Amino acid sequence: MNDMDPKLAASAGIAGASGTPDIVEPPPPRAIPALKRFFSSPTAALGTIGLLIICLVALLAPWLATQNPYDLTQLDILDSRLPPGSENFDGIPYYLGTDGQGRDILSGIMYGLRTSLLVGIASAVVAALLGTTIGLLAAYVGGRLESFIMRLVDLQLSFPTILMALMVLAILGNGVTNVVFAIIVAEWATYARTARGTALVEREKEYIEAARCLRIPGRRVLLRYLLPNCIAPIIVIATMQVARAIGLEATLSFLGLGASVTQPSLGMLISNGYRFMLSGLYWISFYPGIALLITIVSINLVGDRLRDVLNPRKTR
Amino acid sequence: MTILVFIGVNVIGNPVDILINPDLNQAERAQMVAHLGLDKPLWQQYFHFLSGLTHGDFGNSFVYSRPALDVIMERVPATLELAIFATIIAVAVGLPLGLYAGLRSEKFSAKFIMAGSILGFSLPTFWVGLMMILVFAVQLGWLPSNGRGETMGSWSFLTLDGLSYMLLPALNLALFKTSLILRLTRAGVQEVIMQDYVKFAYAKGLGEKRIIFVHILKNLMIPVITIVGLEFGSLIAYSVVTESIFGWPGMGKLIIDSINLLDRPVIVAYLMMMVVLFVSLNFIIDVCYTLLDPRVRLEGKA
Repeated sequence: MNDMDPKLAASAGIAGASGTPDIVEPPPPRAIPALKRFFSSPTAALGTIGLLIICLVALLAPWLATQNPYDLTQLDILDSRLPPGSENFDGIPYYLGTDGQGRDILSGIMYGLRTSLLVGIASAVVAALLGTTIGLLAAYVGGRLESFIMRLVDLQLSFPTILMALMVLAILGNGVTNVVFAIIVAEWATYARTARGTALVEREKEYIEAARCLRIPGRRVLLRYLLPNCIAPIIVIATMQVARAIGLEATLSFLGLGASVTQPSLGMLISNGYRFMLSGLYWISFYPGIALLITIVSINLVGDRLRDVLNPRKTR
Repeated sequence: MTILVFIGVNVIGNPVDILINPDLNQAERAQMVAHLGLDKPLWQQYFHFLSGLTHGDFGNSFVYSRPALDVIMERVPATLELAIFATIIAVAVGLPLGLYAGLRSEKFSAKFIMAGSILGFSLPTFWVGLMMILVFAVQLGWLPSNGRGETMGSWSFLTLDGLSYMLLPALNLALFKTSLILRLTRAGVQEVIMQDYVKFAYAKGLGEKRIIFVHILKNLMIPVITIVGLEFGSLIAYSVVTESIFGWPGMGKLIIDSINLLDRPVIVAYLMMMVVLFVSLNFIIDVCYTLLDPRVRLEGKA
């Protein structure tokens, strides 16, 4: 949703990759001090803990949840729309209440987190791979290809993400895979621009020149020398992008364009509660929203700190 | 630029698949296809569409059986007034708070404002909208939650009743932009306050009020106006979400309904309009730039 952050990250990132690289072997990342620096900020530590809990809950959902909300044999329609804290016939409590079909909201959130995280991570990873490749290629090859790619990137970035996603979904129809695809289409340009910006700076450095003088083939220069030195800002953007993708997916699902009923995400759960909102059954929408909020804030906190740690200009 | 998007939207995808109701039998299906002009090869449809476009005809809406452009145009005022109202709220709230947070950055209240703005970024807009309905419409019963209320002509901000309907969606839409403007203003203030001319103004013994409003605020206006202009387009795009929550009968709700009903001409017309809107917005902002910032103007002449 936030269209400003990638640009800021990009400008921060250009400085982030300017270390003093060794010619023969790219230097190992200063892992231990970086980690220490990372956790020296309490908010980042909090975000990491939150993120870990969320990932664990999502991974272990089938064992943690009291019911599988999408196994119809486990649902009891008589239990529908129960407020938080009520119990079912067997005495198993519904900590956060139930929805219109008698699904336990807490279990629903656990399963919904899986879809949301899956969409967020998958789309961010693929978009990062695609965008970085295109951006590096543009910077390395240059010439007409570069100006064509950058024209395309500018075009893409002048439209809000949601509009691009709507365009793609209007053509492809809805479903989880299409949402992932739509987010990739909407977001690759950010990576391409950042990768190109960083690579343009790196390209002029001596170690690349040295590699060229050694007649190392272009592909190898690109992958072994240029890429590792451009990766820091990409990682930062990718982290933030996971949060954005989760938010976008939730929004699209809410609009009825995202996840299907059989594979609901957090957005879908919130959307289910919309109908009950006016009769005051707040919990159906409220708790999935809180889960969504915690997820997004945790990821953003981690990403924010990553940006500071990976940017030498800021820490010195 | 427009050509690229235009071709993309029109060539990709198979309109026959998404348009025809699967319950129809073969004969009805064929008749329907012919009626909608979808039996012709794609390039012919595209050509037909193009020739219609040259005199402002996007084809008829499949659902409303009226020209798609008309269907959209009558929704424009609703979206426009919502977006303008939201922009006003965002500037009216974001600018003073940002100024305060920038000038008194060490105070607790300023830090509180900044933390709030982070929340404004992270909160999913649609969920906030739902919670607003819950609190203000359902529990407190102060404001209506759905629809547009009384309108005068095609505008609702002219009547008090219409305004009460508009308040919640506009607040919801403004939330994200408020945080954006707030942060931008704060960053701007902190940059400007270090400049020599501000220090000099203090040294001259000018009153703080005058320094803030003449020296600082004036120099802040350039980035703020750029963002307000650029974000106005995205406000209209994001109104899709807000309008769906609050049942506001604007363009955004129309496009969602159209996508769900597979009303292709309306979808295409809407997307085309958005492209034109964004291109012209960018142009207007560029013009405003030269008007506002004498430095840009001089550069152009040199």
